[in-house]
Amino acid sequence: MDDRTPPLLVHNGEGFLLERFPLGTRVVYPPEALPPVRDVEEAIQNALLNPLESEPLPELLRPGMRLTIAFDDISLPLPPMKKPDIRQRIIEAVLTMAADAGVDDVELISANALHRRLTPNELREIVGERVFRSFFPDGKLYNFDAEDTENLTHLGQTKHGEDVEISKRAAESDLLVYVNVNLVAMDGGHKSTSIGLASYKSLKHHHNSHTMIHSRSFMDHKASKMHHSAWRMGAVLTEHVKVFQIETTLNNDIFGGPLEFLQKREWEWSIKDQAAMLAAKRGLDLAPAKMRHRIFTDVRSNYGLTGIHAGKIEPVHEKTIENVHRQHLVEVQGQSDVAIMGVPFVGPYNVNSVMNPILAACMGLGYYFNSYRGNPVVRKDGAVILYHPVDYEFSQLHHPSYVDFFEEVLSESTDPATIEAKFEKQYAEDPWYIHLYRTSYAYHGVHPFYMWYWISHALDHCGDIVWVGANRKAVERMGFRSASTLQDALEMVSHSVGRSPSITYLHNPPHLLADVR
Amino acid sequence: MLALEMYRSPAKYLAAKAVGGRIPGILTGPAAPLRLVTINEPKADRDGWARIRPILSGICGSDLGMVTGSTKLYFSAMVSMPFVPGHEVVGELLDDCEDLPKGTRVVMDSVLTCAARGVEPCVGCSSGNTNRCDRITVGHVAPGLQTGFCHDTGGGWGNVMVAHRSQLYAVPDGLSDERAVLTEPLACAVHTALKAKVEPGQSVLVSGAGAVGLFATLALRELTQAGRITVVAKHARQRELARAFGASDVVAPDEVFRGVRRATGAFRLTPEMGREFLLGGVDVAVDAVGSKDSIDTVLRVTKAGGRVVLSGMPSTGADLSPVWFRELELTGTYASALAEPNDKPAFETALEIAAKAPLDGIVGARYPLYRWREALDHAQSAGRLGTVKVAFDVRAS
Ligand SMILES: [Zn+2]
Ligand SMILES: [Zn+2]
Repeated sequence: MDDRTPPLLVHNGEGFLLERFPLGTRVVYPPEALPPVRDVEEAIQNALLNPLESEPLPELLRPGMRLTIAFDDISLPLPPMKKPDIRQRIIEAVLTMAADAGVDDVELISANALHRRLTPNELREIVGERVFRSFFPDGKLYNFDAEDTENLTHLGQTKHGEDVEISKRAAESDLLVYVNVNLVAMDGGHKSTSIGLASYKSLKHHHNSHTMIHSRSFMDHKASKMHHSAWRMGAVLTEHVKVFQIETTLNNDIFGGPLEFLQKREWEWSIKDQAAMLAAKRGLDLAPAKMRHRIFTDVRSNYGLTGIHAGKIEPVHEKTIENVHRQHLVEVQGQSDVAIMGVPFVGPYNVNSVMNPILAACMGLGYYFNSYRGNPVVRKDGAVILYHPVDYEFSQLHHPSYVDFFEEVLSESTDPATIEAKFEKQYAEDPWYIHLYRTSYAYHGVHPFYMWYWISHALDHCGDIVWVGANRKAVERMGFRSASTLQDALEMVSHSVGRSPSITYLHNPPHLLADVR
Repeated sequence: MLALEMYRSPAKYLAAKAVGGRIPGILTGPAAPLRLVTINEPKADRDGWARIRPILSGICGSDLGMVTGSTKLYFSAMVSMPFVPGHEVVGELLDDCEDLPKGTRVVMDSVLTCAARGVEPCVGCSSGNTNRCDRITVGHVAPGLQTGFCHDTGGGWGNVMVAHRSQLYAVPDGLSDERAVLTEPLACAVHTALKAKVEPGQSVLVSGAGAVGLFATLALRELTQAGRITVVAKHARQRELARAFGASDVVAPDEVFRGVRRATGAFRLTPEMGREFLLGGVDVAVDAVGSKDSIDTVLRVTKAGGRVVLSGMPSTGADLSPVWFRELELTGTYASALAEPNDKPAFETALEIAAKAPLDGIVGARYPLYRWREALDHAQSAGRLGTVKVAFDVRAS
């Protein structure tokens, strides 16, 4: 950043702003979108017919078998994908091969773990009209229900004593095909089945404050304790269940049409981009909250496929990670005193919903903070400055336990280990939350705890966390501070990082993975 | 002697209330039902009676109700005008009183029972349920349900009052006046806690964190093996005290449904018409407010077959559907009894609690009698001002 640099765009919930950063600020941009695979259908066929360390899919299919297809839920990708969803294309290809082989016992399960159930429309968006119409009315296309104890199977324990309990249908299938979308390095691999189709009993072994605080980072499955646990569970799982894993990776082509300027570097903005930016900004500033919300929830992204691999979980995932790194890795030289991040309108857990304060914190301090390899972008005891309005706003439909978590748990303590010990079990076993999770569209009662554990590494690592332009009360309830401007925020953190700190601005989204050396 | 005297009947006073509006207006205006006067000392010329010089005298919610005219007409038949209010008293005996020598510091159970009135004990009194005495209007004492509402006895808001030996308890030496003056409201709380019949581990909701609610919380913690106690508190200081007195959690009035639902894992329903309610909820709820809102709420968050205890003087208009639909046990608690379920007078238990509970600073303000308008105004806004108990410093008057 020098004196010719224009003000930079910062995501700020359902809107964005242009901020002038102090001279010398380092800006880390996400890499340009990789060129996509040209013929997607061909790539899918190729992956299914030439899998890694596995027979081709058609050879695994035979009449009279039980075939289950599980797929990633609505939390991926972000924002949602323009039609047709890549999952639809793959599922259609798999179903065609199954039909050719005479398989007629097929079920499709959304691997939503403790996430909320998808509405029929949301399922349709993922699998497409044809698949939806053939399977949904007969109950052969459905959401996984982690509380349906009759339909869970305990497969055993890992050598660390971790329970592996998953969907009974999946466990009893002759073949489980998993259809994945990998937006960030955290997803995929054994996280797919071992987490997506698992119960609380199984998840609690790694979704806890201890594991999550020691996961450095979630984006590096070899350094993440959570992933170690998932991998151990995967080993138990694959002993019992034959899994054919299909993983896909996407490029960074997120914002198209009038929002295209959002993924360009500011100094590359053409007159047209600038005009679009100003129009969008003015429009958003003037639009009533409801309309603003609409504009953003309606965003559908182009995404190009950068790779598809199928076969045995581990080798497939290695390829996936390669592709993800190819798209997301940015080399960053050394840590800085301050990291600045804008938190956008959507995260994995508020698709078609609102980003409540806990989700905003999780997006900034869970996702973006942890989006590094090697070391965090900010040095130990450095400061993180975030942008998001953090309105006191919750969806009673999707996040009922979040409201209570925010009011009850956080008012008592913000320490992940304390709240885990004192409150988690009660929230996890609360019959009302379970009822809402199973019959309505609510996240499981325990979900806000996972969000909070996820930020525990950032809480532990950072000296200061300050939000710019945020609702003061909401931010303070979470144990952070709020400032009205960036200048104020820098002033507030100056006691720990000094008056002329080194600053890095992570220009998210699209996504980037900082390779800090 | 100098005393504050209630000289207008509550019935007449209601008209003034309609005009008067908020309490300071009433108290400073000509319609005030209270006046500071010099009157004759009450007489203690019968056996068992003695004079007391009040040291500190608390202001109770029922006193405020009487003064502001919000008390029910129900009571008008059980007071004798004019009277000197004040039934939360710590004072000094001016005469020997049977076994208690002159000079003893005493606190007083204000209920004027058969024993004090010199009549044959009624059913209530003979069974130790002295708070249920049926003879509070007869005998050789003028009508009055308690000292502080009776013409003949005087009350704590005057320089001298009289009391019967059956009402008196000696204050242990180590106990300060500030703590001792809380004995009467603590005794009521002891009675409430015992009457709530909380079984080990049961969940309890206390609605209200004024003196009544806070002391009920304290007594529930001391005397029962209640599990989770949730207290509804509006103000910051009340929240703090509720926790100090044993609340497991504290919720704001608009968070009761959410808080109780959470604490008990209940189901929360919102009917198309009317207010929401819980399926499930607390085992026992204590209403320590008395407002329609508070009663409505406690009835709606108590589990089927649970118990609801009305500890504050209730107002009318609460919706009783939950009592029917959830088969609730609805009960009230008034004053305190000589024979409580723990086999001793509530006052003895209260004195024990007063000695050890974190009660320093609970008497948050003391006023001489002549500053009574300020004192009552302060008491009326006590919760908001962070005060639990306002008292008259009678000796300073
Ligand atoms: Zn009283
Ligand atoms: Zn009697």
